[in-house]
Amino acid sequence: MFLATELNLQNYKVQGRWRLLFLVMTVLLILPVLVILTLLVVRGGGAISWEFLSEFPRNGMTEGGIFPAFLGTIFLVSLALVFSVPLGIAAAIYLSEYAADNWLTRAINLAIINLAGVPSIVHALFGVGAFVLFFKFGTSILAASLTLAIMALPVVIVATRESLQSVPQAFREACWSLGATRWQTIRRIVLPNAISGILTGIILEVSRTAGETAPIMFTGAAFFLPFLPESVYDQTMALSLHLFVVSTQVPNVPENLPYGVALLLIGIVLTMNALSIGFRVYLRNKKKW
Amino acid sequence: MVGLDEARHSLKADIAVRTEKLNLWYGTFQALFDVDFSVKRGIVTSLIGPSGCGKSTLLRCVNRINERFGYVRTEGKVDVLGHDIYAPQVDLTQVRSRVGMVFQRPNPLPVSVRKNILFAYQLHHGKQSSKAEADTIVEKALRDVLLWDDVKDRLDRLATGLSLEQQQKLCIARLLPVKPEVLLMDEPCSALDPKATETVEELIWNLRGDYTILIVTHNMAQARRASDECAFMLMGEMMEHRRTEDLFLTPTHQKTADYIEGRYG
Ligand SMILES: Nc1ncnc2c1ncn2[C@@H]1O[C@H](COP(=O)(O)OP(=O)(O)O)[C@@H](O)[C@H]1O
Ligand SMILES: [Mg+2]
Repeated sequence: MFLATELNLQNYKVQGRWRLLFLVMTVLLILPVLVILTLLVVRGGGAISWEFLSEFPRNGMTEGGIFPAFLGTIFLVSLALVFSVPLGIAAAIYLSEYAADNWLTRAINLAIINLAGVPSIVHALFGVGAFVLFFKFGTSILAASLTLAIMALPVVIVATRESLQSVPQAFREACWSLGATRWQTIRRIVLPNAISGILTGIILEVSRTAGETAPIMFTGAAFFLPFLPESVYDQTMALSLHLFVVSTQVPNVPENLPYGVALLLIGIVLTMNALSIGFRVYLRNKKKW
Repeated sequence: MVGLDEARHSLKADIAVRTEKLNLWYGTFQALFDVDFSVKRGIVTSLIGPSGCGKSTLLRCVNRINERFGYVRTEGKVDVLGHDIYAPQVDLTQVRSRVGMVFQRPNPLPVSVRKNILFAYQLHHGKQSSKAEADTIVEKALRDVLLWDDVKDRLDRLATGLSLEQQQKLCIARLLPVKPEVLLMDEPCSALDPKATETVEELIWNLRGDYTILIVTHNMAQARRASDECAFMLMGEMMEHRRTEDLFLTPTHQKTADYIEGRYG
């Protein structure tokens, strides 16, 4: 009684093989990440120090720190957020809560999704044409962060729209049937319940923006500046570009310097992602329905 | 005893909701056909009929919530308290303060019990002046739906954490502070277990008199037990609308008889 038949055993064998295949795939996926991280920590860990964070590069960028690049990345990303977040959230609210569901809305949604997939070098060229040349901002922090903002915009819109749409329709109907206007419904019920998803999307976007090189390379980031920018019309250094420069453009750089820059950059990105995950968990535990 | 026809005559002014030649389309699909229907003030009128016959659609015409879909077209007249609510100058917010709605699935807002009760009130009256006033409003509404004793100690907890029965009572309670005339209920008990159904049904029956109640149900026994009048719909048409007793004992249409005897549904 209850003993496995030939067929059962055969099924288990097949199932075991698939399981192994999926496991191997997963390991293959995780392995490179682990290798990269280990390599960065081992080779670049020694470069990280207070001087590294707080000093200017010296001696043809072969010595000293990365302070202006670090600060520049913060400038660029913050300014990009200032432009893209309000605009992106507003557009997403309009598309998700107000716009009628017709072919035009659907076309716009499709366009936004495709925009999110446009290569960053294309955004870079657009930035040069629009902000540097047409609006005459020159190569500047302003032009570079506007270019980053344009690049971030579709991602902010998509993330916001998705979190708005994850709020159950029943809540909206309840509000409307009580006499609330669309805006009252959005302001008092929809947004408070969507905000965790929106913020998570934005934080993830920050980490992506921080690592971009192409869009800022032609629009406002400089190889080397011996002083800090004084206004948004100045150029700035940036971590991502600095990494590119010290690893490929400058001779005689000590080996641990580029690794140190890379470690710092990846550290920023991972910190941002961890923040976003932690934040999401925190907010999710707070809401229940 | 006054005959029904006589009563109907003398109560002419006491019609809370009246539809005339009401037609409704979802896109090209017609869901309501020339519906003429009057709901008397202060009683419970139940709306029965097989699923998909347009009961919910008709109900949603009375607070104009159908219009949330862009593709809905309505023709004909719907009067509430003698005023055409589809007239161009009519304000939707005002309509919805006079006509409250309870949904099939309890849908308290994901805020505290207290805020649920005060939500509609604040929409229509602005922020009330004092905490004491707010407390009075909350207590009164919750007492009216026999929920006060259950929740008085957790007014500041999320309403979505209550039991389904309590949630549905809360959904009724949150309508009351704005003093609506008509309460529309779309199968309000269908998500509840039998015990809860009974208490909510009882509650609805108790609200009768103070409010005009129009309730959709697929539960024949419920319609029979807990309504004064009953209307039977079939495929978007109003077949028959009479006193509940009469409709169940001596239906005039063969279709009505078939339905209430459970031959289809
Ligand atoms: N939002 C909608 N869009 C399109 N058709 C709908 C919509 N709501 C209801 N209908 C259709 O209208 C008819 C009546 O629906 P409904 O009023 O929900 O019936 P009931 O409540 O009696 O079950 C059904 O055939 C249904 O498919
Ligand atoms: Mg229905």
